[in-house]
This record gives sequence, structure tokens and C-alpha cells, in this order.
Amino acid sequence: MSIDTETARRVAKLARIKVEDDALPALAQEFSAILGFIEQLNEVDVDGVEPMTSVTPQRLKRREDVVTDGDQQPKVLANAPDSREGFFAVPKVVE
Amino acid sequence: MLDLTYDAPAPKTIAGATSDWELVIGLEVHAQVATKAKLFSGASTLFGAEPNSNVAFVDAGMPGMLPVINEGCVEQAVRTGLGLKAEINLNSAFDRKNYFYPDLPQGYQISQLYHPIVGEGEVLVEMGDGTARVVRIERIHLEQDAGKSIHDMDPHMSFVDLNRTGVALMEIVSRPDIRGPEEAAAYVGKLRQIMRYLGTCDGNMQNGNLRADVNVSVCKPGDYEKYQETQDFSHLGTRCEIKNMNSMRFIQMAIEVEARRQIALIEDGQEVVQETRLYDPDKNETRSMRSKEEAHDYRYFPDPDLLPLEIEQAWVEDIAASLPELPDAKKSRFMADFGLSDYDASVLTAEAENAAYFEAVAEGRDGKLAANWVINELFGRLKKDDDKGITDSPVTADQLGGIIALIKSGDISGKIAKDLFEIVYTEGGDPAQIVEERGMKQVTDTGAIETALDEIIAANPAQVEKAKVNPKLAGWFVGQVMKATGGKANPAIVNQLIQGKLGL
Repeated sequence: MSIDTETARRVAKLARIKVEDDALPALAQEFSAILGFIEQLNEVDVDGVEPMTSVTPQRLKRREDVVTDGDQQPKVLANAPDSREGFFAVPKVVE
Repeated sequence: MLDLTYDAPAPKTIAGATSDWELVIGLEVHAQVATKAKLFSGASTLFGAEPNSNVAFVDAGMPGMLPVINEGCVEQAVRTGLGLKAEINLNSAFDRKNYFYPDLPQGYQISQLYHPIVGEGEVLVEMGDGTARVVRIERIHLEQDAGKSIHDMDPHMSFVDLNRTGVALMEIVSRPDIRGPEEAAAYVGKLRQIMRYLGTCDGNMQNGNLRADVNVSVCKPGDYEKYQETQDFSHLGTRCEIKNMNSMRFIQMAIEVEARRQIALIEDGQEVVQETRLYDPDKNETRSMRSKEEAHDYRYFPDPDLLPLEIEQAWVEDIAASLPELPDAKKSRFMADFGLSDYDASVLTAEAENAAYFEAVAEGRDGKLAANWVINELFGRLKKDDDKGITDSPVTADQLGGIIALIKSGDISGKIAKDLFEIVYTEGGDPAQIVEERGMKQVTDTGAIETALDEIIAANPAQVEKAKVNPKLAGWFVGQVMKATGGKANPAIVNQLIQGKLGL
């Protein structure tokens, strides 16, 4: 599978990554190379093999339903470019 | 237990210019999971807190923060699945749904696209007119809620509150088995009732704890049956999804107006475009959400921060064993054990608290009489009293049971019982004691009633003559005796005596 520059442009836009037009062909080529490698992996017969989700067997870690966090409004807002009355203030998003 | 079997309701039909059209509706209901903490963080889920105070760094999408799943949320999802008679998947997994919006700081929502925790189930949706629809559930998955954006506090800025960010939602996805606006509302109502019984979602629609996306399409009569036979969606029309509705009334209005829009388009020779729309209740119309169209490529992939979620069958069985009696079972038991009508049983089982109250009143007493008193007198009185709920009732089940016992034993008449109820409601106290102290007991002493009647007959010879000619006028004497005895005479005995004395 090969990725053209239009697809590369679209993927960049979906990921909100700014890519200049002249950089798109190289990016598309890199994508194609990665997908080529994945296609190669697809040739391996994994019928009946459980997908491996972890290198060491382990169970998903869980927490109890207890409130242990929060109450740190100033810290949460500390890195925000703009905040007002306890809210993050962002350029208007109109639906 | 009674077997509740119903006929299916007729689908809603809208007459178009060229033909009749039928509605096909599927719902995605987002129910906030009732837990103390969020799905992947230890921040509180409490509604109405100071903005951004219920936020952990995980919720704020800070770099390096890792999600740890809240087992309480998993348990609630399993409990809900069991309540909807659904298959529980012992292995499920979380995926990332990627999109950018200010109230989603991670840049993705953690959801379960490929392996949801709950599979197929079903819900019986009664329409209250003796018909009911079995709506198939396709799946329930766990996912994170987004934050809240406020657009009207400043002309140039939107304000973002992340308190809701990361709160656990159950998305309950139905098959397109719903055939009209009323059915859609009844379906949401039934889900809400079941989840409130289970304690898995408080169902508060005003706070946004229960919201629905509604998929609507229209088809010609006969097409839907072809779909049901084959499960082939090509028999159905193109659907539009109306997003994020949190009112039963708006759900119904939006479905109706969206169906009419689609019919007008098709009859005009145009095509319905599959898209996301927004309902505007002020204008009663749906609008395309074009801004979201491009973002629809969500590029789902398994979340690398989270291992698959494996749960044990034994744990599921423990949860199943702790399930309360659910609405359908309770309703049919009330009908069978207490001889209640379908309607009365529905009213009494609408909320688990009401049902428990009724059972305490009816226990060992006349079930139908108890149902009448709870529904007509108590609910009516509570409604007048600032729309109080049963848990705020000043009359306990014991007290109301006492009143009913006094009626049943013949100690008080139905009319006096209403006065007694009002006294107990406003002043409290033991009903039997009140009756005793205030001399409210029904007079069953024939001698006393006879004396009163004799005086009335003696004082009204003209009425006696009239009643002899027209026996219907005997009622006047009943009224007079009641008046003379302060309403306490036993009506059956009064009638009997009048018949005898007047020779009717």
C-alpha cells in the first residue's frame, strides 16, 4: 500500500500537525515504508495465536472506587495560557 | 409469576405526499455510571462542584499520567448488563477515539469500540395501552465523558470546566427496533427505571447524567419487516443521528421533525445524507453539524496504556446474585400476588422506593385497597404538598397500613378514613388511637342508628310519603342519618333500617 501526498496532508491535519507542502512527499514516502513493513508482518501466519498484550504476564491494574484526587484547581490551571474564574479560557468554539 | 405477554405496538406512520412512511429508530443512550470516582482517576464525580476542582492530572491530560481503571465502574457496567439480560464479556478492551476539542484535553476519548464489556441483551418497553415492544440491545461499552464548554459567558472566549472529564459513561446501543417517538421516550424511560433499580445510574436528565443520540430513518410500509427477516440494513432508509438530547419531550419532538424533513427530501427527489444533526428546540428543527463532519475520522486504535480488561465468571455470578428484583418481575408479582391491574402495578413499580412502600402497606392486608390508597390518596396528597417524594412522606407505611386495617375491620367508613388520613398526614400519630380518642369509630350499634332514624322519620312525614311512592328518595334519609351521626353510621346498616322502616 502506498500513501500519496493528499493522504499525508489529511493525516497531518487530523493529527493537528502542521506540515508544509514541500515536506509532504517525503512524509508520504515514510508512511508508505512503514505500511510496507506492516504488510510484511501480515504475511506471518498467526492463526490460533492469542494476541500478546504484555511482555510479562500481568493483569490490568485496578483502583477501588474511592475519591483520592482532585481539589487542586490552581495546579490544574497553572499551565493554561488563559483562565478566568476557575475555567480554562479558550478562543471561542462555536457549534 | 404472571407471564407478561403483550402485542407489539403499531409503528408510527406519517402520511407523505406520495405515500405513507414508517419510522425506524435506534438509540445510543449515554448513562453516567453511579460511582464516587472517575473511570481512570481518583477524582470525584460529584455534580455542581467549583469548576476544575474535581480534576486529577490524568483527567487534565498532563504528560506522563497513566490511567488506572476504577473497579467500581466495571462492576456497575456488569450489573447493568445483567439487568438488561445481556451477555457479559469476560474479556474486553479499551480503544482510543481521537478528535480535538477544548473539553477533551487528552486529544482522545478512551472507549471500547472493538471489544465492549457487555454484548446483546433486551428491554421490554411497555406503552401503557396493553402493547409493548421488545427492543434488542446491541452492546454496552464503558467510556470517558468529556468536559463542559460554556460559550455564553464571554463574547470572544469559551470557558472550559474539566470536572466531568473522565467520568465513566455507559453507552447503551440499541438495535433499530424502535418504531415511533413515543416508543423512543418509553425506551429511555424503561432504561432509566431499570438502572435506578440497579443503582447504576441516577437517571438525572437535567444534570446530563442520561443523554441520548437518536438515529432516525424512514421507510415505506413493508420494508422494515424485510429488514427484520434478513437483518439487511439496505431495506431501510439512510439514517441521520441527532446528537446529545437530555429531555424525553425533545427526543420525541426531534424524531418527529427529523422524520418529516427526510420524507420531504425523498419525495422531492433528493437524497438523505447520512450525517450528524443537532436539534434546536426553539425553532423545532434539526440542523446539520457540519463542523464535526471532518472530525469523523476517529482513527480508533487499542489504547496502549491499558491492558485488556479480564473479569472472572465467579465475580459476575456474585454480582448477578446481588441483583435486586427488577421492574418487570416486580410488576408481574404485584399483579399475581395482590391482584393489581397492569396500570396500578406499573404506577407502583415505577420507582423502587414506591414499590417498597406499597409492599409494606399491603403486607398481610387487602392489596387492592392498599394500592388505591397509595396511588390515589397518598400520591395525590404528596403531589399537592410541593410534589414531595415517597421518602419524604409524613405518613409511614405502618400508619397507612393501620388506616387500611381500620377500614377493613369496619371500624371506620371510607369517608371517615379520608379525614383520618389527613389528620395522620398533618399531625401524625397512631391511626387506631386517633380514632378511639376523637370518637371517629363507625356506629354499628343498630339501636343508636335506629333512634336517629326514628327522629328523622317523625319530623318529616311528607318525605316519608314521597319515599314510599318513589323508593329512590330513600337516599335522602341516608344522608340525614349520616348528618345526625356525624358521618359515623355504618351505611349498610342505615340502608337496611330505612328499607325496613319505610317498608320499601
